[in-house]
Amino acid sequence: MSATYEHAGPAACPACAGAPAAEALADLPRNARLMLSLPGIHCAGCISGVERALMAVPGVQDARVNLTLKRAAVEADAAVSAADLAEVLERAGYEAHELDPGVLATTESDRRGRDLLMRLAVAFFAMMNVMLLSVAVWSGAEGSTRDMMHWISAAIAIPAVIFCGRPFYVSAWSALRVRRLNMDVPITLAILLAVGTSLYETMHSGKHAYFDAAIALCFFLLAGRYLDYRTRASARSAAQELAALEVPRALRLRDGQEETVSVSELAAGDIVRVKPGGRIPVDGRVTDGASEIDRALMTGESLPAYAGPGSVVSAGEVNLTGPLMVEVTAAGEDTALHRIADLVAVAEAGRNNYTSLADQAAKLYAPGVHILSVLAAIGWWIYTQDLRVSLNIAAAVLIITCPCALGLAVPAVTTAASGRLFRKGMLIKDGTAMERLAEVDTVVFDKTGTLTLGAPQPVGLDRHPAEAMQVALGLAEASAHPLAEALSKALRDRGVRPAKLDDLREVPGYGVEARWHDQPVRLGRAGWVGAEPPDITATFLQIGSAAALPLTFTDSLRPGAAEAVQALKAQGKRIVLISGDTKGAVASFAAEIGIDEVIAEALPAEKAGFVAGLAAEGARVLMVGDGLNDTAALAAAHVSISPASALDASRAASDMVLLGRDLSPIADAVRISVVARKRISENFTLATVYNVLAVPFAIAGLATPLIAALAMSASSLTVSLNALRLK
Amino acid sequence: MDVLGILIPVSLFLGGVGLAAFFWMLKRGQFDDPDGDAHRILRDDYDDAPKG
Repeated sequence: MSATYEHAGPAACPACAGAPAAEALADLPRNARLMLSLPGIHCAGCISGVERALMAVPGVQDARVNLTLKRAAVEADAAVSAADLAEVLERAGYEAHELDPGVLATTESDRRGRDLLMRLAVAFFAMMNVMLLSVAVWSGAEGSTRDMMHWISAAIAIPAVIFCGRPFYVSAWSALRVRRLNMDVPITLAILLAVGTSLYETMHSGKHAYFDAAIALCFFLLAGRYLDYRTRASARSAAQELAALEVPRALRLRDGQEETVSVSELAAGDIVRVKPGGRIPVDGRVTDGASEIDRALMTGESLPAYAGPGSVVSAGEVNLTGPLMVEVTAAGEDTALHRIADLVAVAEAGRNNYTSLADQAAKLYAPGVHILSVLAAIGWWIYTQDLRVSLNIAAAVLIITCPCALGLAVPAVTTAASGRLFRKGMLIKDGTAMERLAEVDTVVFDKTGTLTLGAPQPVGLDRHPAEAMQVALGLAEASAHPLAEALSKALRDRGVRPAKLDDLREVPGYGVEARWHDQPVRLGRAGWVGAEPPDITATFLQIGSAAALPLTFTDSLRPGAAEAVQALKAQGKRIVLISGDTKGAVASFAAEIGIDEVIAEALPAEKAGFVAGLAAEGARVLMVGDGLNDTAALAAAHVSISPASALDASRAASDMVLLGRDLSPIADAVRISVVARKRISENFTLATVYNVLAVPFAIAGLATPLIAALAMSASSLTVSLNALRLK
Repeated sequence: MDVLGILIPVSLFLGGVGLAAFFWMLKRGQFDDPDGDAHRILRDDYDDAPKG
């Protein structure tokens, strides 16, 4: 039923599901300027460590960690940038990402969450007091005592019901205005009818008053609504957090001056400077400089490509070695990146409309209840010719069947499950993603950047002469190129000492060169040292005029990747590896990680086509990918996951996002979602059983307020407890 | 049953106190970071002026 509620909200965190009132984000220091996402923190030591590391940075006035949201808010001088702080934390051993506080604006939605919580508290207060008074009536108070109890109950319940039930009345009214039925219509009708008949009964010193039922109804439904709201809010905040992860800035050159501007301010014809290691913010043409660019996210190639004056680059590629001046040809909405995002939007619109379990239940429920209670009222009116009795019966039927348990069944489970997943480092962006994940039978993985970190690791270094390795280390240390960095780290770890080199200089776009024992030495691209470009990632070392020595690399495995693949296999899922990389690289990698089904050199459209083909065969596909070339496939799959390092277009296209570097939560997520789905259907069964048992009493006119209260509380409690059983 | 004349106002008053306390806690942001607060109390660094 959750689909009928239009609550959008703030970044409430599902992890604090146990606490009644985690009102997200309100904790940030009022004038917080910088915000960091800390997916890895989990204990008191982490809080202290992060806060101490941040406070030690000059210019930082205040730093406060929110463990529930895994964020830190920092108040600092204008000179301190979030990127610097993230770097400080990385060095201290905490994974940190910069967040854009502007995107995380919450005032409006935060207010709604508080509002709901306040109504819940008032309903609880009123329910407890009215219940207390009702106990006297149930235990046999008579005459004027009973009337007094009823009148006091009315005095508490009527204002409380008017105040607390407002969300239901508003929603029911907006549905009725467009001639539609939603869950709130029977709820509103039940509350109004119950209060109305009870008031009438009280005025006439009647025996039964349903004030307690009316307010208890409000309370239980508000509880379900609040949980539902929080899951939605955290899904929404997940989306916001992702948007905030990528802070789009560029260095614009104007009149010889460099200025940092937002990418949205750039226009075609502007010149931007892209530092080595930076992501290219726009589509453009290189006007000056030489470097290599990493296109892994765009195409899945693991081999960097050369870029020099005249080369065309697109947004999302990473500049590796030398600074580049890029003339903007397209920025913002016009970039290739955005065009792909638009394609994704189209693919998503075409995604089969998944009807959630709750919606299926609500579709049956709302008309059923009305028909039942109208029939009961008509039957009794024919039988007794007494309008008062028949209205009483109708109210009793509506109260008994009212979806307290139904309204709690789904929110309670999804809140519990998404809280568990959040603690494991997984954000759920879409409300129905968990239900869809439970149905998955095929898992398709992308290679570069998903199963691997996209960071190379040298192999076979021991085969080379020790002296050459010393030279290689000396050269590699002069460069910030990822291959050079990986090489120098690996050699250092082996205890190799760098050779002493003279005239060391980096030639951006080609490599590093120097003089060693009066002969030139070079480390760099194949073409530069006169070697054949290989089909695997490699760099070449040339000493003097001898033939160049190839140093080959493989991509390093993402932590948890092997575990995730093994666990999914153990769960009986079919696993496919699909990559845009070369055949050789993909095949050897697949053998290493233990995947049998492999498709290499796949174009983005082929990836999406393959996933769509699987879906057409009836398979429920989980796509895990990070690159732009995966986006269409992510959108085409039944459900999709991407790592936090993915481009925002891919993250936008996927249903869930892994916050940390580790891939192992995927297998857990599948397991948890299967359990969650089971709990949801169990809860529906439980709720139905209660209704089936209690409705005959109501129709037969035997439903006393006591039975109504018992049925309502018992069913709500059972479904909540069943939801908490989720492990 | 005269005692009811006292007991009912008393119970309403106590309930009202609880409600007011809850609103106060909500306003003070005591539900903002339950996980963090649970862990903060266990950490070692002594703090003379803990942050609210």
